[in-house]
Amino acid sequence: MYPNDFEYVAPTTIEEAVQLLHTNEDAKVLAGGHSLLPLMKTRLASPPMLVDIGHIPELRQISVNGGISIGAMATYHEVAQSAELKQRCPILADAIHHIGDAQVRNRGTLGGALAHADPAADMTAIILALGGAITAQGPNGTREIAIDDFFVDMLQTGLEPDEILTAITIPASTGRTGMAYEKFKHPASGYAIVGVATVVHLDGAGAISDCRIAVTGAGPKPQRATLAENMLAGQQPSKENIAAAAEQTSAGLELLSDISASEEFRAHLVRVHARRAIERAVASAG
Amino acid sequence: MEVSVTVNGKAHHHDVPPRLLLVHYLREQLNLTGTHVGCDTSQCGACVVQMNGQTVKSCTVLAVQAAGAEIMTIEGLATNGEYHAMQQGFWEMHGLQCGFCTPGMIMSAVGLLKENAHPSDTEIRHALEGNLCRCTGYENIIKAVQHAASHGTAATNGDAMRQETKPETPETAAEIEHPQRDDGAPEKPETVEEWKGENAGV
Amino acid sequence: MAITEAPAKMFGQAIKRREDPRLITGKGNYLDDIRLIGTLHAAVLRSPYAHARIKSINTDAAKALPGVVAVITGDEIAKEQNPLPCAWAAGGVTNNVNTPRALAVDTVRFTGDGVAMVVAESAYLAYDALDLIEVDYEPLDVIVDAEAATQEGAPQLHENAPNNVVMRWTCGAEEATAQAIDGAEVVVKQRILNQRLLPTPMETRGYVSRYEPATGEYTIWMSSQAPHVHRLLLSAFVLGIPEHKMRCIAPDVGGGFGAKIFLYPEMAATLYAAKLTGQPVKWVESRRENYLATTHGRDHITDLEIAGTRDGKIMALRIHTYANLGAYLSTIAPGIPTTLYGRMVAGVYKIPNVFVEVKGVYSNTGMVDAYRGAGRPEATYVVERAVDLLATELGMDPAEIRRRNFIQPEDFPYDTGIGMLPYDSGNYEPALDKALEMVGYQEFRKKQAEARKQGRLLGIGVCSYVEVCGVAPSKWIGLAGEGWGAGLWESANVKVHLTGKVVVTSGSLPHGQGHETTFAQIVADELGVPYEDVLVEHSDTQGTPFGYGTYGSRSAAVGGTAIFKSTAKIKEKARRLAAHMLEAAEEDIEFTDGKAFVRGAPDSAKTIQEIALQASVAYDLPQGMEPFLDETTYYDPPNCTFPFGTHICTVEIDPETGKVTVLRYIAVDDVGKVINPLIVDGQLHGGIAQGLAQALYEGAVYDENGQLLTGSLMDYAIPKADMVPHYELARTETPSPVNPLGVKGAGEAGTIASGATVSSAVIDALAHLGIRHLDMPYTAERVWRAINERNGGKHVS
Repeated sequence: MYPNDFEYVAPTTIEEAVQLLHTNEDAKVLAGGHSLLPLMKTRLASPPMLVDIGHIPELRQISVNGGISIGAMATYHEVAQSAELKQRCPILADAIHHIGDAQVRNRGTLGGALAHADPAADMTAIILALGGAITAQGPNGTREIAIDDFFVDMLQTGLEPDEILTAITIPASTGRTGMAYEKFKHPASGYAIVGVATVVHLDGAGAISDCRIAVTGAGPKPQRATLAENMLAGQQPSKENIAAAAEQTSAGLELLSDISASEEFRAHLVRVHARRAIERAVASAG
Repeated sequence: MEVSVTVNGKAHHHDVPPRLLLVHYLREQLNLTGTHVGCDTSQCGACVVQMNGQTVKSCTVLAVQAAGAEIMTIEGLATNGEYHAMQQGFWEMHGLQCGFCTPGMIMSAVGLLKENAHPSDTEIRHALEGNLCRCTGYENIIKAVQHAASHGTAATNGDAMRQETKPETPETAAEIEHPQRDDGAPEKPETVEEWKGENAGV
Repeated sequence: MAITEAPAKMFGQAIKRREDPRLITGKGNYLDDIRLIGTLHAAVLRSPYAHARIKSINTDAAKALPGVVAVITGDEIAKEQNPLPCAWAAGGVTNNVNTPRALAVDTVRFTGDGVAMVVAESAYLAYDALDLIEVDYEPLDVIVDAEAATQEGAPQLHENAPNNVVMRWTCGAEEATAQAIDGAEVVVKQRILNQRLLPTPMETRGYVSRYEPATGEYTIWMSSQAPHVHRLLLSAFVLGIPEHKMRCIAPDVGGGFGAKIFLYPEMAATLYAAKLTGQPVKWVESRRENYLATTHGRDHITDLEIAGTRDGKIMALRIHTYANLGAYLSTIAPGIPTTLYGRMVAGVYKIPNVFVEVKGVYSNTGMVDAYRGAGRPEATYVVERAVDLLATELGMDPAEIRRRNFIQPEDFPYDTGIGMLPYDSGNYEPALDKALEMVGYQEFRKKQAEARKQGRLLGIGVCSYVEVCGVAPSKWIGLAGEGWGAGLWESANVKVHLTGKVVVTSGSLPHGQGHETTFAQIVADELGVPYEDVLVEHSDTQGTPFGYGTYGSRSAAVGGTAIFKSTAKIKEKARRLAAHMLEAAEEDIEFTDGKAFVRGAPDSAKTIQEIALQASVAYDLPQGMEPFLDETTYYDPPNCTFPFGTHICTVEIDPETGKVTVLRYIAVDDVGKVINPLIVDGQLHGGIAQGLAQALYEGAVYDENGQLLTGSLMDYAIPKADMVPHYELARTETPSPVNPLGVKGAGEAGTIASGATVSSAVIDALAHLGIRHLDMPYTAERVWRAINERNGGKHVS
C-alpha cells in the first residue's frame, strides 16, 4: 500500500523526458500509472525516479489524417470518446469498453499499456491486429518500430531504457475493412484470460485480401495466429472456412498455464474467440 | 515537493513527498476521511474522487500528479446543505448498508450520470465495475442511481421504492450479455453499421 | 407540556435509515478515521513460509530507521501476555486447543503468521522498516489439505494434536443410521467440497490502542462485531488485567460477515505496543493481510450418503466431514462445524435416521471460523445436494421430492432428533409453491427441453432451506451443553429522559444492518413516542450493558426482544406512576400509544412525556418507587429461531466456454415478522450475492507449499455489479413464537440458501449429459471440462 521513496520529475518536453531517462539509470516513465503504481504500492517495483510525461502537450493529441496517430498520453476514455476514431477504427472503442473500469479508463493510456506490455492486456492485441507502428523517441532521435517487432517477451518491448513511446500509428485502411475483438475476462482482475483481435480487409469481390489475427492473454506476449491468417487469405469468407481457420489459431502459440486457466483451456478459448471475432469482423466489413 | 490543489472549492498548498498517494493526502493532510481505502490493487473503488471533472481512483494517483487539479470528494458533493441527487437516491433506495464503499460508489455514479443521463440497468452495472460492494448485492445501488436519474434531488420517501417495477425475466444469456434497448437496437453496437446508425450526424 | 398525537405504527414500515445522512456525506467514523494526538502507526511483519521454525530475528536495522519508535517480537510479548483463548470446549469431546499469540513464538504455522511489529511515526515509515527486519527461518514440511493432514506421516502442526485432529464430534444415531442405509431400497453416495472463502468486508480490520499509565486503563478502538466479548477475553485471558481496566469501542464498522467477531493477535499486539511506547498505536491491515490473516470461512470435505425408498421418501442421511480449521483455533472455530452445521443437516425434511461425524483438523492455512451463515450454508449445501442426488437417482422431479419429505406445519415445534433445539415454527410448502409460481417452473422445464434439442444448456435449481439463528439459549449453547464458553443472551437499557426523549443502549451493535433505525422503530411503537425522539447508542463498552454482539442473525430476535422487554418494564412503571398521578387504582390504568389513562376515561390521559417528567423530578412518587424511567433487561432466549424458504435460480451455460450466466434468481423467504422491509430486503440481496459468489466465482486457493495464491482482488473474484442478477424477492410470514416481536432474523438466510440454489441450477443444466455432481466454484474451465469429459473428451468448439 505504500511505495518506496523515489524522485519525481515532470518535464514539459519530450526531449527533457528522454534526457532524464538517459541520465538516470532505472528511472521509469509514469504515464497513467495504472500498471506502474500498483506494482510500486506492493513494492514489486521500486524505481528510484519517476519521469511523469503527463505534462507534455504533444503526447495527448489524437489525429486522423489518412492514417491514425494516437499520442502516448491519450487516455482510454479520450480514445473511446473520439467520434472520428469510432468512425474509422471502431475496434478501439469496442475493446476499450472491456478494459478495466471507468476510473482506469480515465487515467490509463494506450501508450502506457503498450510500453508495459502486460501479457493479458487488450490493447497489445488490438494494435497488433491493426498492423500499427510505435513511434519511439530517444537521445539519438525518433524511430518507428513496426508492431510485429515491438513485443519481445513477457513485459518486454523493443524500447530502449532511455526511449519513450510517443505515439501509436495505425495505417489508413483501403477498401472494405472489418474488425472485432472478443475477450474472455478473468472474473477477478478483469484482464484477458484470452483476447482475440481480428482485422480483415475484403477485396472488390468480397474475398479476404488480408487478415490479421492477434491473440493476448494466452502467452507471455501478444501473438499472431499466422497459420489461420494464411488459411483465410484469398478466401471467400464462409462459416466453414472461418471455423476451419479458427481451429488453427491456437497452433504454434506459446501458451501459459496458471490458476486462471490451464494451457488446454486457453488454447480452446483462443479457438472459440477467434471464430467469433473473425465472424464479427467479416460481418462488419463495410 | 510543493503542490497546489483545489479540493471541494478550497485551495491548498502543501509540501508532500513524491510517494504520497492522493488518497492519503486527502485523508491525512486535509482530514477529508470520507474517501476510503479498501484494497491494494486499485480495484475496489472505495477511493474514487472526481479530478478535473473525471472520476479517478485516488489510491492510484500520486498527490504530486494532482498538482494544479480541481478535486471533488464526497464531502464536496452536497451544495448549501442540499444533498446531491445521487446522495438522495442512495438514501431513498437503501443503497448502502455498512457505508464503507458508499462515498466511492456515489462519486462513480455521479460520473456516470454526467456522461449518460438515463442509463439502463445494464449500463449502470457496467459503469460501476470499478466499485466493489460486499453488503448490498448491488440491487439497491442500481435502484439508487435510477432514482437519481429520474427524480433528481426530490425526496420520494419510499414511494419510488414501492412503485411496481417491470420485473426483468431474462430467458437467455444472450439477453443479458447483449441487451437490447426498447427500440430494438442493441445497447452495445457490434458492427460499424450500428455505430454509424447511432452516431449519424456526428 | 403539549400532548403529542399517537404516531402511526413504525413496526413493519419501510422507512429510510437514520444512519445514512452521515454515511452518504463522507462523515462516517470508521477505524482509520480515528485521530488521536500522538498516534503511532504499526505494521506487522508476516511469515512468508507456511510452516517454519524462527531461528532468529534481527531488528537492529529496523530500529535504527529514523521515525521508528519500537520493533516488537513475540518473545517480548509472551512475557506479559497469554495466547488468545478459544471459547469452545464441547463437553465430552476432546478438544486439542492451540491458539495464536499476539506475535508468533518459535514457530510460524501459516503464511501470514505475524512475527514482528514495527511502530513508527507514519504508516509509510512503518512499512519501510518492515523491509529492514531480518528473520532466519528454518522451513518445515507443509500440509494444507484437511483430509491429508489426518493421515499417517503428515507434518504435525501441534504436539498436543496427534494426526492434526482438533476434535472428533458426532451427532445422531450411528447404529440405526447404518442399519437404515444397509437395508435401504436406494442409496446414493457422493463426496462434495465446500471450498474455503475469504469474507472480504470492504473495510479491512484495524485497531487503535491507548494506555493510560496513571490509571492502568486501556482503551482500544476496534473494527469489531463484539466489543464486550473482546474486552472480557483480552483483559481476563490475554493480558491478565482486571476486566474493568479496559474499554472497547467499535466505531462505524465497514462490514464484518463474521470475520470481525473474533479475537485477533493484532489486538493484543497493539495493546502491548501502546503500553510500551506510551502513545496511541494504530494498525490497519492491507487487503493482502486481510486475506492472509483474517479468518476464512467454510473449507469442508464431506462424504455423504443418502438412502430412500423408491417412491422418494428419505430414510437416512449419513455425513462425514473434515472441517479444516487452519493453523490455530480462532475464538469459536470448532463450534461452527458442530453446533451450527452438524445439527442442521436434516434441513427442512423429516429424516428418521441421521448420523454426522465431523473431524476438525489443523493445517498450515489461515484460521477458519464463522463466515456469513456459519455452518448453515454448509449444512444446506449438503442436504440439498443429497436430496437432488436422490431425486436424480429416482428420476423424480426435485421440487416434488422436497414436497414429499417436508416437515409439516402441524409438526412444529419440531425436533430433528440430532441435538438441535426444536424448530420454532414453519410452513415450508407455501414458500416452495410461491417460488415455483414466480419462476414459472413447468414453463421453464418445457423451454429447457426445447433448448437441449438445440444444444443449449439451460438449468433450474430449487433449494428449500431452514436455518438456525437468533442464537441462543445460554443453557443449551454454554459449556455444559454445546460447549460454547459463553451464554448468548443479549441486553438493553431504555431510559426516558426528563424531556421525554428516549435513549436506548444495547449490547447489540450494527455493522450495516441499520439497528439505529430498526431498534428505534420498536421503541417508538412500544412507548408511543415519535420515532425522532428515540436515540440508539451502541458499540462502546462504557455506557452500554454487556452484550454478546452481532452475528448469527440475532440482533432483532435477541437484541430487539431485550429492548422490547425493557420498554415493557418502562410501561409498567409508567402505568403505576400514572395511577398515582391520576389518583386511581393501578389495576384501572391502561397504557396504550404513549398514554396512560383510567380505563374508560381516555381524556384524562397522562402522556409518557408527562410521566417521565414526574419520574425525573420525583416531587411526588408513590411509596417505594425510585425516580426516573430507566429499565434494563438481560434477555436469554428460550429457543433459537428458524427462518426458512425456497430459492430458485435459472442459468444458461455457454457450451463452448463453460461460462455460467444467471438468468433469474427468485427468493421466497420467511423471516417471521419484519420490522423494516427495506432493511430485510437489503440483507437478503447481499446475502444472496455472497452464496451465489461461492457457487460461481470465489475460492481461496493454497498451493502445496501453503502459499495463498488468491491473495488479492486480482485473483479472488468477489462479484462486481455486472456479475450478479436482479433478485426477485417474496415473503411468507410465519411469526416466531419464540419472542414477543415474532421475528426470526434475516441477516444470513440469503447466503445460506443461494450457494445451494445456484449449484443446483448449474448441475441441472448439465444433468442430461450424465453429470451428477460438480464442485463449486463453477468456473468456466471446470464446467467446460465436465461437459467435455462427458462427451468423451470431444471438444465442443
